[in-house]
Amino acid sequence: MPHTLTISQLTDKLAQGELTSREATQACLDRIAAVDGQLNAFLSHDPEDALAQADAADAARAAGEIKPLLGVPIAMKDVIAVNGHPLNCASKILGDFNSPYDATVTQKLCEAGAVIFGRVNMDEFAMGSSTENSAFGPSRNPWDTGRIPGGSSGGSAVAVVADECIASIGSDTGGSIRQPAALCGCVGLKPTYGRVSRYGLVAFASSLDQIGPLTKDVRDAAIMLGVIAGEDQRDSTNVPEPVPDYTAALTGDIKGLKIGLPKEYQVDGLDPEVKAATDAAVAELEKQGAEVKEISLPHTEYAIATYYIIATAAASANLARFEGVRYGARVDGASPEQMNRATRGAGFGEEVKRRIILGTYVLSSGYYDAYYLRAQKARTLIRQDFLNAFKEVDLIASPTTPTPAFKIGEKSGDPLQMYLSDIFTISCNLAGLCGISVPCGFSKEGLPLGLQLLGKPFGEPNLLRAAHAYEQATDWHTKRPQLA
Amino acid sequence: MREDLQHAVKLARIELTPEEEARLGSQLGDILKYIDKLNELDVKGVEPTAHAVPLTNVLREDQPGKSLSHEAAMRNAPQTANGLFIVPKIVE
Repeated sequence: MPHTLTISQLTDKLAQGELTSREATQACLDRIAAVDGQLNAFLSHDPEDALAQADAADAARAAGEIKPLLGVPIAMKDVIAVNGHPLNCASKILGDFNSPYDATVTQKLCEAGAVIFGRVNMDEFAMGSSTENSAFGPSRNPWDTGRIPGGSSGGSAVAVVADECIASIGSDTGGSIRQPAALCGCVGLKPTYGRVSRYGLVAFASSLDQIGPLTKDVRDAAIMLGVIAGEDQRDSTNVPEPVPDYTAALTGDIKGLKIGLPKEYQVDGLDPEVKAATDAAVAELEKQGAEVKEISLPHTEYAIATYYIIATAAASANLARFEGVRYGARVDGASPEQMNRATRGAGFGEEVKRRIILGTYVLSSGYYDAYYLRAQKARTLIRQDFLNAFKEVDLIASPTTPTPAFKIGEKSGDPLQMYLSDIFTISCNLAGLCGISVPCGFSKEGLPLGLQLLGKPFGEPNLLRAAHAYEQATDWHTKRPQLA
Repeated sequence: MREDLQHAVKLARIELTPEEEARLGSQLGDILKYIDKLNELDVKGVEPTAHAVPLTNVLREDQPGKSLSHEAAMRNAPQTANGLFIVPKIVE
């Protein structure tokens, strides 16, 4: 069952000659053929291309090459460019777009020897928390196919948990890696803003977007981050911090690590089972020697409003490029403006339209100061809350989501309710922190629950250390759904 | 849909069906009401944050390097001719 392995398990077996990359890749392809009809994680994959990459990896290994991901099948969210492959952002507006270049992350994964196969589903342009906003139909939660897998990187989480790939890449603007990881039961890491190059990531909100891995355990997240992190001259917001060996941080020793519990996170609507699982996870960290204390993030209640102003304003500017001229689909019109309107009206889904209109509104003359500028100031206060808290603690713990996965269709008619479910994840992006979600239990109905840890900017080593120490003491991350 | 929102739709260049206009109008009204919450906040004297990570300009030598070929850059365009993008007529 090579498709069920973690990266570290697979690379061990590949190194010992117990398994080839072709066998592992074929196992993933077989698994997709067997289960993806009921999950819809993959928008497309190219078996021939995947097996050719696997053969090349096997040949390289036979020639003595050693690389961190040599021969490991990785799935890619449909928002990151892979040269010569389709790229749709789960939208109709990109038509039959085919990437003319590789994203930096793609290039780094290739250099590390990965087999990059398959584009996985997402909310259109990464806007959403359920993957229901995909123009190609929703992905389904492998633990209950009547429920959402989370989003926007829903396909990335489903593919990992259903063992259709060894690990995947997602992107996180307000929780889009951590939330689906929590709701599907895998590990999801959002690196610090500036840690991973955004070159080749289709932009949603440029000051919030960050690429990161979804994996079967914390060690794999550390391996993946080590591969994709680092300076890139093609992304001016990339921070030239040296990239440490993140696996070296996984010592299992968290004695004296200070963990804060924000008192403002005891929100209405927090599911009692989610709260109990998070409390138990924090108790486990305490048992291992972490010091736990209450902290305050006084501007928490303004985070969602701040986020939905800043993110939509950025989106309205970033998505102006989809106008039917330079790429993608076009609907004809008598004038350029009519062509733009018709193209965008037909090509964008409803959530994307809603956000572009809201973003245009908050930036428009007469409203800029009242909304956009005010939100940028609120962002300062929110960020300051975290910087103050991190003077007292090393990490902040909370649930990743207020509830387990909800039913498909349950919130799709009420966007505001959907936005409110992002309460624990969005501040991390506003403040430029790093964050991780690790499996921490199941609801009575058998749905996965996630523990979120947040760290200081570039504090990934401590973040991974604590997440790994917790994982070592529990077996939640090893549970797999039964799929027919 | 409220007039101010209709103006934003026009600026955003998105054609809406009458049903979409009604539905989005009411949803956006709810969302705007929610984000009005920020008016409670005292932001006097607070500097705005555009980026969470303090950034400075990154400069490099202006040297020619490899870039996309003209053909590769244009291959996804809906309509081209003679290496140019074709759009509907702008002036009569």
